[in-house]
Amino acid sequence: MGGLRGEAAIVGIAEFAPVRRPDRTWMGLEAYAELARLALDDAGFSHDDVDGLMTGHLADSGGLFAPGHLTEYLGIASHFSEVVDLGGATGAGAVLRAAIAIEMGLCETALCIVHTLPRPKNPKGGGPTFRMGAWGSPMGEFDYPFGAIGQNYAYALIANRYAYEFGLTDEQRAKVAVDQRKNAMANPKAVFRDPIDIDDVLNSPVIVDPLHMLEIVMPCFGGAAVVVTSKEKAKRAKHRPAYIIGGGENTTHLSVTYDPSFTETPIKAAADRAFEMAGVKRSDIDLASLYDCYTITVLLTLEDTGFCGKGEAGKFVEEHDLTYRGDFPMNTHGGQLSFGQAGMAGGMSHITEAYLQLTGRAGERQLRRCDTVFVHGNGGLMSEQVSLVLRGE
Amino acid sequence: MPTPITQPFWDGTRQHRLLLQRCEAGHMIFYPRSHCPGCLSNRLEWVEASGKGTLYSYTVARRPTSPDFEHDVPFVIAVVELDEGPRMTSRLVEVDPDAVRIGMRLEVVFDDVTEEITLPYFRPAGT
Ligand SMILES: [Zn+2]
Repeated sequence: MGGLRGEAAIVGIAEFAPVRRPDRTWMGLEAYAELARLALDDAGFSHDDVDGLMTGHLADSGGLFAPGHLTEYLGIASHFSEVVDLGGATGAGAVLRAAIAIEMGLCETALCIVHTLPRPKNPKGGGPTFRMGAWGSPMGEFDYPFGAIGQNYAYALIANRYAYEFGLTDEQRAKVAVDQRKNAMANPKAVFRDPIDIDDVLNSPVIVDPLHMLEIVMPCFGGAAVVVTSKEKAKRAKHRPAYIIGGGENTTHLSVTYDPSFTETPIKAAADRAFEMAGVKRSDIDLASLYDCYTITVLLTLEDTGFCGKGEAGKFVEEHDLTYRGDFPMNTHGGQLSFGQAGMAGGMSHITEAYLQLTGRAGERQLRRCDTVFVHGNGGLMSEQVSLVLRGE
Repeated sequence: MPTPITQPFWDGTRQHRLLLQRCEAGHMIFYPRSHCPGCLSNRLEWVEASGKGTLYSYTVARRPTSPDFEHDVPFVIAVVELDEGPRMTSRLVEVDPDAVRIGMRLEVVFDDVTEEITLPYFRPAGT
């Protein structure tokens, strides 16, 4: 199998602490600029080093021309730009694309920036014209009229099908939220830091059967940036570089109804490719950084990435301590469920936490040993999947 | 809302018939489209489905998933596996949410929502 040769590395990160309401000075393009400044500072790099740019869609400006807007505003020249459109997997997808471009010699140092801070409202109105329910959208025509709108219902459908095929208790799902909250309590940047137990999760209102409020991410605002560079340049980074030694991606559908299987998801193909490329065993992983829009997402991801067998995730989370003190550290930042999900930047938090742990800067929640991290991003309705294996050297 | 490609499906539901597409290689297709997702053939014909299927999964929306459905809660969103093969998104009706079971047999019923649009829902078979 071809693939990455592990010659591109993460050398710097920046992340705004997520907030429930936008209350920042940094909006829109200003947020991109501040994130770029902070991430380059973390790397010990300057603005002149940047020659690649990966980002999500701009919130406004008609959503178009993101590379033009950003290179102009940041004053950079990009040899390779990409607008990554993978929903929750956008962060992981951006880092994977940066690594590919750097290994191919298309650019040497890429900024990956994702943010959700709203731009000031245009007093004249306007804004994005595309809506999912627009004419010619299959979801708009064949899902929305039945009330199948948003994300919650889709993950609930998956949870019910999974329970039907393999058995799963509400308590097993709740354990995921509880352990992640324990991690968040050790993370000053996390939005949700009050202790919760399994009863708290199960006593929170059911939003869509069987999912309770505390099993569902709350939308937040924030942003994150990651600097990826070549092996040669990585040697002069401030902190230990985290080489991207494996990557895998798989997309099969948009609407959950057409997911080839609700219980063996496209995650599997992405993760298998990443592990094979990296030449790393599951048991070599020191930290699992797994996308967690819902508790059920984590359970399926644990199985399909191969950390446990099919149908065993419920038992796995019962038998393992998933906190930073535990035998299977997972989402030590608190996961999006407790750290907060800042839109597309939510998926980037799994990468920023990986880099903090790999460079020994995770504070109270720092793992004793962290050299190899598995990151997984999931976008859409269990739709767009990106896996990364990172190695600190 | 229908496009020129999907119009025959909605013409069908208006006549209380559930229509699927079949490609020249025999793949059964839902939702309606121009090319078969099994082989990308663009030679597709319309065939009438049995209207029977099995519940693949479901959820009960306790809160509206959009303001449009404020008055419908609680309602049962379903993914139905049609006997012809494809899955479709729908709603379950004429059933107590607590009595819904994955794997239950279903049959299509039609709800004339407007003059143009009739939605296919499903209910437990043989009721
Ligand atoms: Zn075909």
